[in-house]
This record gives sequence, C-alpha cells and structure tokens, in this order.
Amino acid sequence: MHAARAITTPLVPDDYLGLMNPAWSARELTGTIERIKPETEQASTVVVRPNFPWPGHRPGQYLRIGAELNGIRHWRAYSLTSDPDHPDGLVSITVKHVEAGLMSPWFTRKVEPGATVFLGEVEGEFRLPDRLPDRSLFISAGSGVTPIWSMLRDLERRGGLDDALHVHCAREPDQVIFGADLRRMNSTYEGYTFHEHHTGKLPRIVPQNLDEICPDWRDRHTFMSGPRELMDVMEAHWKAEADRDLLFTERFQPIIGRGDADVGSGGTVSFRVTDVEATCDVGVSILVGGEQAGALLPFGCRLGICHTCVGRLHSGQVRDVRTGELHGEQGQTVRTCVNAPEGHVEIEL
Amino acid sequence: MPGAETFTSSDPSHPLHRLTPAQIEEIGEAFQVIGDEVRTDLGEHDADYIRSLIQFHRRLGALSRIVLMASRYPPAWVLGTTGLSVAKILENMEIGHNILHGQWDWMNDPNIHSSTWDWDTASTSAAWKHSHNYLHHTYTNVVGKDKDVGYEIMRVDPKQRWEPRFLAQPVINVFLMLFFEWGVAVHDMDIEGIKAGTKDMKQLRRELKEFGQKAGRQILKDYIAFPALSGRKGFKRTLQANITANLIRNVWSNAIIFCGHFPDQAYTFTEEEAADESRGAWYIRQLLGAANIEGSDTFHLMSGNLSYQVEHHLFPDMPSSRYKEIAPQVKAICERYELPYNTGPFGQQWLMVQRTILRLAFPGGAPRPKAPPYVEPPAYETPGPVVSSSAGPIPAFP
Repeated sequence: MHAARAITTPLVPDDYLGLMNPAWSARELTGTIERIKPETEQASTVVVRPNFPWPGHRPGQYLRIGAELNGIRHWRAYSLTSDPDHPDGLVSITVKHVEAGLMSPWFTRKVEPGATVFLGEVEGEFRLPDRLPDRSLFISAGSGVTPIWSMLRDLERRGGLDDALHVHCAREPDQVIFGADLRRMNSTYEGYTFHEHHTGKLPRIVPQNLDEICPDWRDRHTFMSGPRELMDVMEAHWKAEADRDLLFTERFQPIIGRGDADVGSGGTVSFRVTDVEATCDVGVSILVGGEQAGALLPFGCRLGICHTCVGRLHSGQVRDVRTGELHGEQGQTVRTCVNAPEGHVEIEL
Repeated sequence: MPGAETFTSSDPSHPLHRLTPAQIEEIGEAFQVIGDEVRTDLGEHDADYIRSLIQFHRRLGALSRIVLMASRYPPAWVLGTTGLSVAKILENMEIGHNILHGQWDWMNDPNIHSSTWDWDTASTSAAWKHSHNYLHHTYTNVVGKDKDVGYEIMRVDPKQRWEPRFLAQPVINVFLMLFFEWGVAVHDMDIEGIKAGTKDMKQLRRELKEFGQKAGRQILKDYIAFPALSGRKGFKRTLQANITANLIRNVWSNAIIFCGHFPDQAYTFTEEEAADESRGAWYIRQLLGAANIEGSDTFHLMSGNLSYQVEHHLFPDMPSSRYKEIAPQVKAICERYELPYNTGPFGQQWLMVQRTILRLAFPGGAPRPKAPPYVEPPAYETPGPVVSSSAGPIPAFP
C-alpha cells in the first residue's frame, strides 16, 4: 500500500479504486437504500443496507445519516429502529415527514430504493441499562416513539417485558407510528401496557395525569422521548417530585437561542479539540469568543474570505454575522470568523 | 515597510479617490448582491461540474502514466507527455487552486474540501492557503503587505524601492518560470520574514519539515517511481517526460498568474490607502488590482478561470465555473461608476508583464497608464445577405 501511495500522491490509491467502481472505495461509509416502508401517512421506515459490516448498535441510539440533495451533503440524526443483529445485515431509521423540512421529505416522499446514503457515527446515551429494570415507564410523543420502539423490541427479545407501562401521545390513533405492532404487543404480553393518549380528542398530557395513568411512576425507571415542551415540563416535575436520576431522556431538537431573530442570541461554544468553553455575546464570532476564552484557533483574513478558520460543526446552529442568516447542521464546516453561535454550539476545533 | 517607499496618492483621477463614500458603499452592496445571487443558486449542476472534472483529470492522468510506460517509443512519449501536462495543469489550476480557496466547501463533501485537499505541486496546501488565500487575497496589491507583488525576489511595481539585487531579475524571471512550483513553495515560507527575523522559528521548522515531506513525495513519484515502472530501458525517457510535463505546467501557470496582477492596467496600493477600508473599498481595490485575460472557453478552463482574475478577486470563494456568467454584471457596475475593467488578450498582457520586469530591473520607472473607464462596446448588427432590387440591395428574405 505504501508503494501504491508513492505513485498516487497527493491522492491515495482509494481515489483511483473509486474511479473504477465507487463501491470499491473504502474512504467513506455508505449504504444503499433497500426499501421505504410506510408506517403512517406521515412516517416511513427507511431500510438501508450498509456497504460494510455493521458494527452493531444499542437500541435507543441514533445514527448520523447523510444524503446529497441538490449537490449539497446534509446530515441528520435519526433513531435506529432496526434490530441490532438483523439477519440480513440491514439497518433502519424511521422518519417523520416535516413539511418545511429538508431531509425528512426527501426520505418520506422522494427517495427511491438504490439511492446512496452516507452513514456516520452511531451515538447516544439513551439506551436500556445492562441490568434491566424491574419496573419501567416509557413516555413518548409523536416521532419520539422511535428510540422507545427499539428499546421495547429489545425487551421483547430478551424476555424482559415484565412490568412496562408505555404512555404515548399522538393526535389520532392512525397517526401512531408502529401503532399496529405496539397494540399487538399490548395484547400479547401481560407485562406490557400500551396507553394511548390522543390529543385530537383530549387536552395535552400534563405531569399530573401520571398519577392516574401510572400511580407508582416515582418508583419506575422512566424513559422519555418527545417534543421539547413535553420533556421540559416532565423533567421539572421529576426534579420537584421524584428522583431525577430515574428519568432517562432523549432530545431531538437542538436548543436554539431565543434572542431577537434578526441579530441573534449569542451563545456558548464548546471547542472539542482544544477543550475550551467560550461564551459569545450577540454578534461575537466563534473565533473571537474562543480567543477570548484562551483557545488557540486557526485564523486568516478574519473577513470570511480565506477559509483558514473553518471548523466542523458537531452540534448546534450558527448565525452569519454579515448576513444575519441562521444556518449550520451537523458535519457542516463553518467559518468561525464570520459566524456567531446561536445557542449552544459544539465545534471540532 | 521594507522595500517600499511611502507614496501619498493625491491623484484625483485615481478611482479610489474620486468616488464618494456613499458611492463606495453602493458599489460594495452591488457586488455583494452578485455574490449572494450565485451562492443561493449553487446546486447539483455545479457539483456535477467539479466531480466530472476531477474524474476527467484522474482518468487522463492515469492513462498518460500508462502510455508513458512505453515512453521509449517516441509517439507514446509525445502522447503521454502531452496528456500528463494537461492533467497537471487542470489539477493545479481549475481543481486544486479553486478547491483550496473553499470554492466547493458548500457541497459539504469531505473529499472535495479546502480543509482536506492536497494538490500535485511542491507547495503544501496549508502553507499555500496562508500565503495565498490569506495574505495575497486580503492585502491584494498593497505594496509592502501583499508578498505576491514581485514574490519578494522581483521588482514589478515602481512603488517598490530599487535595490541592486533587482539587476538580476531578468535571469531570475526565467528561472522562476521554469521552476515556478518550487519558487511558490519557498515563497510560502515568508522569506522576508525569515530574513528580518520576525518569523517564528518553531513554525518555520514545522513548515520546513512539512515541505520536505511533500517535496520528497513529489520527487519520488515523478522522478523515481514512475520512471522505474517503465523498466530499465524506459526509465530515462519517462523521467524526461515527467520533467517536461512539470516544466510545461510551471511555465504555463507562471504565465497565467503573472498576467493576473502585473500587467500595466492593474493598480497597486499603499498601506495607507488600504488602511481601515470599508467593504466597498475592499471590492474596488480587488477590481482595480486584478487583470483578466481574454480567450476561449478552453483557455479559461486551462487557466483555472484565473483569466477571470477580476471576478476571482472579487469573489475568491465562488466556484470558478460561475465567473464567466457574472462577468457582464461586474462590467455593468464598472460602467455605472466609471471604473476600469482590466482585460486584454493573452499575448499583450504577457508582453506587458515581461516589459515591466525588464524595465524595473533598473532604477526608476513610472506607473504605466491605466485603462479608461469601462464602456460597453456598441452592439454591431451583423450585416445579413442581401438581394438586389430595383432600388439597390435589400436584406434577403428570410
């Protein structure tokens, strides 16, 4: 390989292998979309065949998945909904259609089997503990059910559905993702109770409802995934009335600053490589904030021209201080000299 | 300010001094609009362009190398050397230079990205991005700050103070043409800074190490590994072919790059002129400091679209394939504000540069006349065929 590198420099042999057959390139982890399985009107399971041996995952974890839309590669994180050791080596994510979204409509409406996707890291601490809890409570809402589904499948396969209560909120019965399967599990297993809360008829669920639905909620290991508003009130309730350590959560939407939409909110930056935490006031760039906090960062023109200062965004969003445009998604590189954090941002610098 | 005298420009016809602050701001906004429009329009079509070009370059390069394995046969030598020269030129000019500028970063493809790209030349991409993207593109043509004005070894502008060493520049010029990639690589290390002792020694050691590694890989590939693949009988011929291809690439890129800023029409600036400049004034300096070269689409491709040097300097991180389409908009701004749009045919631009290098080897020298404000040439109606009529010739139908 060293000898091959000598003649391909500054490229690597892989670049030429990929020229002959893209599948021979091992430079990036990719997958091929096998099929799209509609779950409800609004949600579909995207079944992917990884073009490499799947290293496995823990139910509840999420996958970073990338796709090229109009020439631009975008990345999103979705919960894995497939069994970790699928006999055909397939993996899946389940995507809810968001009309104004970018990636989700592509997955739910546009993509055809055979399309290539990029597969990033499997991440997430939201998963079942090794020692299964005796009594558990699952709270999910909308597409937040996807990691919960993986966990329940895992419990089912491990024979661990002894005393699990699942509270799920959806507008209508037919909008419950995996509804048929969850109802089947409900009637099959003594130890699994599926409690549906349909907000089309009932008011939104509030923490106080738990006392009726699950009187011993304080004593259970609780796993929760859903929209931010629900998670916020529930978390506060646990803090005030129960043991916060028994509540495990997954948040899907990044927490974005709520400042003035035109000028931004400012925010905080975690520099993951230099290991520095910085705070940026409104309109203060990531670069300046980082330098003030003592980080040694690459920079050049400081005008947004030369691209010396770019860093890969790990999470969060940034606002271009020149145009006011809010942008940024996982895996995108941004110029730190002209972008300010909007809320909390993690960057690979 | 080493090597430059302080000039105070009071020339009222100098575009930068003639415009009012309000006009300068308007111009800045007009350029900003051009850039924004292209940025929001970028998509799959552009991505396909760079990908297919990269693919073409790799195929052409690989094919040429294979043909050169038979380099002891003259037709194979000629074919392989030509192909390799074209591949190297495309790789350096339209692909490498532009990717390293971040022109394709918007695709978010880690394999076609300014932070990961390396190119087939002696310069390491990191050192080059510093000296070129940062120093040259930020302080364009500011004598004393932009080290690309004469590359620290030549006097190409009368504002640079004459020194006896410049008497050698006609000869240095020829050497620089032939060994341009090495000249650029050494230049990236900031020779003046090293001489003046302002360069951080730790950084210099690191840069020298990286340069040594890069140079070693380049030499191993072109002058040892590939010749060896041609066998004992073909070694020398393939070595000659690779040297020739590198020389052709060097001379070509030197010619294109020297025509970007050193022709007579291009303005240079003093540090005080560029101090505290507004966004609009920055655009105007870029516009005045660069010069285009006229030519065919193939010429533009082979020059990495640096023949649109003006557009490149206004929008260094816009994909180069878009420069041609924005050129009319740039010209319209020039016409509206009576600014020059520097351009000329290749031969004329190149000869002007050579004349300047020869003249300024000696003391003195005055700034050359600049181009008049741009005026759109009148649209000529191409006369169609005529038929005769009783009243004389009339346009033929249809």
